[in-house]
Amino acid sequence: MTTHPETLFDWTAARPATSLEYAEGWGMAAGSVSRILRPRSLEELAQCYALARREGVTLGLRGTGNSYGDASLNGRGYVLDTSRMNRILAWDPATGVATCEPGVTIEKLWKSILADGWWPRVVSGTMFPTLGGAAAMNIHGKNNYAVGTIGDAIREFDLATPAGEHLTCSRERNADLFHAAIGGFGMLGAFTRIVLETKKVHSGDLRVRAKATRDLAAMIEYIEAHKADADYLVGWVDCFARGRSLGRGLIHHANYLHQGEDPDPRATLTVEHQELPANILGVFPKDQVWRALRLFNHDLGMRAINFAKYRAGFLEELDEPYLQSHAGFAFLLDYVPNWKWAYGRTPRERGLIQYQSFVPHAAALATFTELLERCHAAGLVPYLGVFKRHRPDPFWLTHAVDGWSFALDFKVEPSTRERLWRLCHELSETVIASGGRFYFAKDLVLRPEDAARAFPADRLAAFRALKARHDPDGTLATDLWRRVFAPAQG
Amino acid sequence: MPQAATPTPSAQTPSVRPELSVAPGRRALVIGASSGIGAALVEELARRGYAVGALARRASELDALAKKCGGRVVVRAHDVSRFAEVPALFEALVRELGGLDLVIFAAGIMPEVERHEYDSEKDLKMLAINFGGCVAWCNEAAKYLRAQRSGTIVGISSIAGERGRKGNPMYGATKAAMNHYLEALRNRLAEASVHVCTIKPGFIDTVMTRGKKTFWLIGADAAARQILDKAAKRKNETFVPTRWWTVAFVVRTIPSAIFRHMNF
Repeated sequence: MTTHPETLFDWTAARPATSLEYAEGWGMAAGSVSRILRPRSLEELAQCYALARREGVTLGLRGTGNSYGDASLNGRGYVLDTSRMNRILAWDPATGVATCEPGVTIEKLWKSILADGWWPRVVSGTMFPTLGGAAAMNIHGKNNYAVGTIGDAIREFDLATPAGEHLTCSRERNADLFHAAIGGFGMLGAFTRIVLETKKVHSGDLRVRAKATRDLAAMIEYIEAHKADADYLVGWVDCFARGRSLGRGLIHHANYLHQGEDPDPRATLTVEHQELPANILGVFPKDQVWRALRLFNHDLGMRAINFAKYRAGFLEELDEPYLQSHAGFAFLLDYVPNWKWAYGRTPRERGLIQYQSFVPHAAALATFTELLERCHAAGLVPYLGVFKRHRPDPFWLTHAVDGWSFALDFKVEPSTRERLWRLCHELSETVIASGGRFYFAKDLVLRPEDAARAFPADRLAAFRALKARHDPDGTLATDLWRRVFAPAQG
Repeated sequence: MPQAATPTPSAQTPSVRPELSVAPGRRALVIGASSGIGAALVEELARRGYAVGALARRASELDALAKKCGGRVVVRAHDVSRFAEVPALFEALVRELGGLDLVIFAAGIMPEVERHEYDSEKDLKMLAINFGGCVAWCNEAAKYLRAQRSGTIVGISSIAGERGRKGNPMYGATKAAMNHYLEALRNRLAEASVHVCTIKPGFIDTVMTRGKKTFWLIGADAAARQILDKAAKRKNETFVPTRWWTVAFVVRTIPSAIFRHMNF
């Protein structure tokens, strides 16, 4: 009898884990079944590139899949998921500089550095993205107007290119790659090491105040007036309101505490203090909340919820400024697990898209007013609107402008999908006419002709030239790349 | 710049063979399909209009089975204790079927064990096949089904997993391990609407029960029908035939001090 008891433990060969899975964009409206490669080390990453070369397939880089659209999908090749390369390689509590592998998530980073009195300088509205993905998308936070994007916090990084090079890039070395790979949505290479600066904090809490605003103009006015003294500013908009109330909403304005303001920073600078309870009133589990939200996930229900939130904003405004933890302020929705399932969760058919556009200051009010009016005219009202102030940065394909962004969450249903995409294309015309831009972490609707007009032609050309140099076989590709950029190729 | 290289067929979206093309919801994998319950499940699935991927060690028996069932069965020879082969095989079969809705792990061996035989080689081989194979395949299936938020995993366990009997310690242990693992998988995958069903057969007329004293014996084809019906009803843990729950209840109730003096 031949037996293979040793096969029980035959996992010693160092090769990237592979499996066949359905990979989807965070908004669930796009996805494809792909072979997913999950390297754990530089050697395994090199094996992935070699495999792609040998088999003549493309690789699409993916982290934890938090991009809303198709930025991390590759339905016509393999997906290269770097989230298992997730060690923090070095951390200096004196300077606040962290050296991380690309799969380290924002969550892992903040939980590792908080006790030393540091907080990531730039975080997205969710803590689950990897730093590799965050750098590739050049993410921003609610403080973009003050500190820039995550690219501005990155000192240097190593990039493994499909051509086989492993390059260290910074503002001084390989400066072109540095400025193109940040915001380059994974088309130039895989980040393998990211060195980023963090922010010293003297408390685990922020001081937060609320301000209800009667229309879009009031919101712009308030944020513009406070952008010098607020550390974070974010506006929520009730997109259902029309006429004189168009763009009414609620602003949250947060500030760091100064040294000495928190009597016991050691107590607030802990993960336990930051995290929100898993149950509402101690009993109702938050991971079931999406089922309740689902009952309201239609125009009438969302109109009611938006109205209630707006009215409650006036009460919140009357309150004294209150203290809220960094994580509670930045990542509130992360503590309502799978809330997106309220939008329905049939893969590819139901879900949500976020249409976020970035418009220069002078044109913002008129442009965003027009966007909302067009939504109402089309009968497709966003269930959530988020308004932020931005500043320009030096990254080649950055979304940030000296102006404003408006993010609109639309429900995707089979019956409205076509109309919704048509509406978004119309909105894009308005945005582009105002000199606006788009953000690849969110996008699922942009067409090649939109991108060609929204981004500067010289930068697009330089980006393509850089890709041709570092990825001569076109190994790195995603559904996003093919949808928005590849057709324009010669 | 040059165009992206054309992907090879293996990387393309599934290349479904025309004769396999079925409506979504009816694509199944059966691991351990060459004989017994597994073979009966393949036949019953094919009869119910499923496209089936069938795996087992013995290729010749699979071929005969596929011929008997018509065109909707694809077969692969595979030894489930070769865990490292599983991801690639899983991918190839799912692509060929054009998707996946149901995975049944039916592989298992029950060699004769003497009254006082303590043979690690024999026992660990059983562990590798009965439980290791189950883990290797169900993990692969879990990743796939969880992401698509639908599907069913069925594990063919046994009533032998209820108590530690003298007769075959490792066989019972692998089945108890399966019960525990599948229960945990069921709880993990529930939020993704993926169902995991643990089937505990009593005596089924297969090579495993040949020459043994049996009662309540049913044919493998009848067992297969019941298994698929119970899986469709999203049962959690269930006996086949159902009446075996009474035996399990009694067996579980017997105090250990008495149980150790019983011979079965």
